[in-house]
This record gives sequence, C-alpha cells and structure tokens, in this order.
Amino acid sequence: MLQLFLEQALNGLQFGLMLFLLAAGLTLVFGIMDCINLAHGSLYMVGAYFVAAAAQAADSFWIGLGAGVAGAAVLGLLLELSLFRQLYKRDHLSQVLATFALILIANEAVRMIWGAQPVMLNPPEALAGPVEFELFGETFFYPAYRLLIIAVGLAVGGLLYLLVAKSRVGMWVRAGAANREMTEALGINVQRLFTAVFVFGAALCALAGGLLGPLLAVQVGMGESVLILAFVVIIIGGIGSIRGALVGSLIVGTVDTLGRALLPTLLRAALPADAASTLGPALASILIYLLMAGILFFKPQGLFPARA
Amino acid sequence: MSLRLTALAAALMLAGSAHAAEQIKVGLVSTLSGPGAGLGVDIRDGFNLAIKHLNGKLGGLPAEILIADDQQSPDVAKQTADKFLKKDKVDFMTGIVFSNIMLAVGPAVFDNKTFYISANAGPSQYAGEQCNPFFFNVAWQNDNLHEAVGKVVQDKGFKNVVIVTPNYPGGKDAVAGFKRYYKGKVADEVYTKLGQLDYAAELAQIRATKPDALFFFLPGGMGINFVKQFVAAGLSRDTQLFAPGFSADEDVIKAVGAPMMGMFNSSHWAHDMENSENKRFVADFLKDYGRLPSLYASQGYDAALMMDGAVRDVKGKVEDKAALQKALEAKRFKSVRGDFKFNTNHYPVQNYYLRAIGKDAAGRVTNKTMGTIFTAHADAYVASCKMK
Repeated sequence: MLQLFLEQALNGLQFGLMLFLLAAGLTLVFGIMDCINLAHGSLYMVGAYFVAAAAQAADSFWIGLGAGVAGAAVLGLLLELSLFRQLYKRDHLSQVLATFALILIANEAVRMIWGAQPVMLNPPEALAGPVEFELFGETFFYPAYRLLIIAVGLAVGGLLYLLVAKSRVGMWVRAGAANREMTEALGINVQRLFTAVFVFGAALCALAGGLLGPLLAVQVGMGESVLILAFVVIIIGGIGSIRGALVGSLIVGTVDTLGRALLPTLLRAALPADAASTLGPALASILIYLLMAGILFFKPQGLFPARA
Repeated sequence: MSLRLTALAAALMLAGSAHAAEQIKVGLVSTLSGPGAGLGVDIRDGFNLAIKHLNGKLGGLPAEILIADDQQSPDVAKQTADKFLKKDKVDFMTGIVFSNIMLAVGPAVFDNKTFYISANAGPSQYAGEQCNPFFFNVAWQNDNLHEAVGKVVQDKGFKNVVIVTPNYPGGKDAVAGFKRYYKGKVADEVYTKLGQLDYAAELAQIRATKPDALFFFLPGGMGINFVKQFVAAGLSRDTQLFAPGFSADEDVIKAVGAPMMGMFNSSHWAHDMENSENKRFVADFLKDYGRLPSLYASQGYDAALMMDGAVRDVKGKVEDKAALQKALEAKRFKSVRGDFKFNTNHYPVQNYYLRAIGKDAAGRVTNKTMGTIFTAHADAYVASCKMK
C-alpha cells in the first residue's frame, strides 16, 4: 500500500513538473504581453524533434537535449522578432488566428521533414531500468528515468523561483505582469524583457519535449493535447503567476494520475462491472476539467491572480 | 447536343455494366500517421507488394490503388470513404486498422453495395448479428488471437492475471476473447484511453496487484510505450507478459528490442512459416522495404490476393455482385498463412499458433513459431449471423 501511494505520488509529481515547464512560459507570455500563444504547444513539439534529431546525430541523449533546447531557443528568438512583435498590439482574435496558423504550419513542416510516423527517442542506457531503494523496511522500485525528470523539474522550478522572486530581472517580469504601462513608464524596456521571456519559454518547452520524448512519442500533433492541459494549468493558477503555474501544474498532475488510478476501482465498488469499466476511463479523462470548472466558480481569477 | 451526348454516355455505361470492367479501383483507407501508423503502413506496404507481384493487375485487369490516411479518426475515415465510394466509384475498399473506425465507415460502404475486404479490423458486431454480404475479413475476428492467448495462459497454469486494453470496441472484444479460454482469477481489468502513451498510473496499480501474468492488447505505439515502461518499472521480474500477435510483432520489436525477449504471443501467421508463398512474400518484403513483415503486412498482402482471385473468377465482371460475392466466399487464392476457408459470416476458419520472441540464427530479435494453439478455429459469433 505504501509502495502504491509513494509511486502514484511520484507519478503525479513527475507529470505535474513537466506541465509546469510548459505552463511557466505560457503564463508569462499571456500575463505580461497579454498575448495568447496557441503555438506554445508547437514549440514543445518542434523542440522534441530537435532533441530527437540531435540525439540521433550525436548518438548521445545529453548532447541531443542540450542542442535541441538551444535550437528551440533560437527558433523562439526568430519567431518573437519576426511575428510576435507584430501581434502584441493586435486584439486577441488576431493573435489566436495567427498562432493557430503557426500550429498548422509547424505540423506540416515537421511532417515534411521527419515524416508522419513517430520518431524514436530512447533514454540514456544507464537510466532505462528501475531504481531500488529501502524505506521503512520495504523495497521500493521506481523507473530511474522518471526520477531524473522529477529532479530536472525541481531544479528548473527552483531556478525559476530564484529568478522571478529574487532577481532584478524577475522583479521587472513581475512588475510587467502586474501592470505593463506603469512598468514602461518607470523606464523598463518591456519589449526586450518580453523577447527574453519568450526565448526562455521556448527553451523550457523544448526541455519538456526532450525529457518526455523517451516516455511518450515524438510525433506530429503531440503539442495540441498538452497545450490544452497547459492552458488549464494557467487558468487554475492565475494568468501571469509563476507560483500559480507551479501549484496549478502539481494539482493537475496529481488529480489526473490519481483519477486514472483510483476512479475505476472506486466505481467498481459502487456500480456493476460493465458500467464501471465504461464510465471509469471516461470520467478520469474529464476530471481535470471538472476541477477547473470548480476552481473558476469560487476563484474566477485563478488561485494566484497576478493582477490582484 | 450535350444532353444527347450525356444520354449516349449513360446508355454506353449501362450497356458496359454487363461486360468486364476495364480496370479495378481499390480504395485503401488506413491509419498512416500518429501512434497507430506502423500498422497502417505495414498493411499498405503488404498490399502494394502483392500488386507488384501481380504486375500491377488485379484479376488480369489494370489496378488503380487509391490510398488515404484516416489519421485514426472515424470522421476523417468516413469522409474519405464517401469520396472513394461516390466520386471515384471504387470496386473494393480495404485498409482500416481500428474497429471503431470500421464500425463508423461500414454502413456507407454496405449501402453502396461495395465489397469491403478487411485486412485487419474484425469487430464482433460484423461477425454476429450485423454480419453483411459486403463485408469480408481476410485476417481474423478480433477475439480470435486473444482467445488463443487465453488458452495458452490457462494451459501454462497461471492463476492471477491482469488484463490491460484500450477502452474501445477492439479492446472489449479482446477481454471477451481472452476470458472465453482463461478460466482463472482476473485480478484486475485496466481500460486505458485509446492512444494513451504514459502508463505510469496503471503500472503502479498493477504492481500493487502482484499478478503472476499480464495480458495486454495495446496496438501500435501504445504497446511500444507500455512494454518499455513495464520493463523500466522493474515489473518484468515477477510478471510474465502475454499478448496477441498485434502487440508483439516486428513494429513493436523494432522499437523495444531486447527487453521483449521471452514474451509469448499468438498469431495466425508467422514470418518463419514454411510454404512457398510465404517465403516469397517475406524475402521480397525484406528486399523492398528493408524490414521483416509483420502480421499486418501479411494481411494486406492477402487482401490484395483475395481481390485478385475473385476478379479473375468472375472474369472481370465486378458489376455482377452476386457472382463476385460467391467468388470471394470461395477463396480463390493461396494465402501466405497456408490453407484456410471462410465461414458463413465471411470470417476465416483457420489455425492459430504460439510464437515466442527470441534471437534467430542471424542474431535478430524476432518471433519464432513454437506450436499450434487452435486448429481450424472459428469465431464465437457466427451462430447469430443470418447472412442475407
């Protein structure tokens, strides 16, 4: 029982931290520049392809991860300079249309370059198996690679916290999210700040894509499903808030994991087996949306609104 | 003038219908992108190899193969099928991988009186009460391979089994088939979302259940991820894996590699079968595509051969639907799996074999045939089929 609880908690943490990497960039772009970027998921996909391609070329997962993240950052820079700069002044509809077009272009471009079938990305050989450790006199198993993901996620989360909460740049970012005009009036170059945030967001996307690649599959369209989850996270957490993104990610990750694990068992206790097996998976997949609706009902601005 | 021309053309077409067709058009709708793409690509490549072996012809007439990707979406598949049926007026349809897509597309094909030769999806619905003169399955009924695994697990004396399948019609058929022959305790039935790629939550539950064997049916990329994560979680030490051939064929082996060694699975076909048709098929597939064929490829290959034999039998008069149906039922071709025949519900009656994954003489990790599980095995739904 303890093993099960610990393992599911770690699973929820791992999923949540990866969502956080995606949601962090999205919430800052949305919060500071009031720009809806639907193509955030495409950066995740393209980043994952960069990592897979570089890992194959260099025959090393780590070099591939580094090169892929750097490549995605450069792509983010180019996108910001060429396209997103034009979009900040426009209304939300123009932003949605332009970034939706970007999704279609990215999907077709990836299909043309890498083909329609998923690309294989394998974890480093040393991390392919499980880790064994003793706790309270019991032996626990957990996949080594997932532990690595948790470690990287925690490290990046900590780094982001230091950057945003303790550094001068972070202060500007927070100020920009709270009130852009006032920040500009104080002499901060919000334009340049935003370029930096956007590039950083793109790099985080690629990091998430590259880390999740060996667990999931690097394929066309992988960005869309995760984008929806990232939006759920930032809406729950409060748009523009890094702390909100972290808390939202962990909530969504945990609820989704526990829902998939426990709901079918609970339902089977209450309903006939046939109905439970149909209802369980369906209910588990909408659970986080129910959660979002519930939180929005009591806190329409999300848990940690940036513009309090 | 143009009216008269149209009338003339119409008259010519009517007159032409009693004669042999000038060419045979086949609409192949399959899953060619996303996690299920490996299956569709193998069906397509197997089908194309057969057309190549037949010198670009079906039943002696030039063949035109229209190929489309259904993106594993019933909506997209239905639109494409409508276009093939109404605009291109295809003579045969084939290619669909997933049963939920088959059930969505089927009615339009049957209403149009076009023969569908399924190279994969074999839903229980079309084997039983909803069986249809225009539907043939050249592969198997969905339950069959699972029934075979159930028998093996039962015979090997496993007592505590967990079942993992996606929550869709093919998954329900899998559980029904497995439990028809496995009579021991089912510790848990895990239903996942179709297309799910992360199994962390399910694997933790499975570890807590401590089964001695695990039966999973997760076609394509789902199975690849499941086996990888199963091994990474350290579950392979205490739990023996069993799967139908779908989850343990070349597409999965290529991606997972050595961790799959020792896994048992069932199939109606294997690449090491000793008949001359199969030897030619396997050798040429390896030569043309640079990989060993999977059971899906063999099914695509057989689907083309089946059309060829039937068109030849009716001497190209594919408009005579009753004659064409008889020719299809008579199975005028030599399958790469060896001999089999069609039941009254247009599903095969055939042998099922046990395969195990290991290293072959050339050092490749691949399937090896271990023995026969069922001989001349029919599906469980044929009794409720009243074929009109």
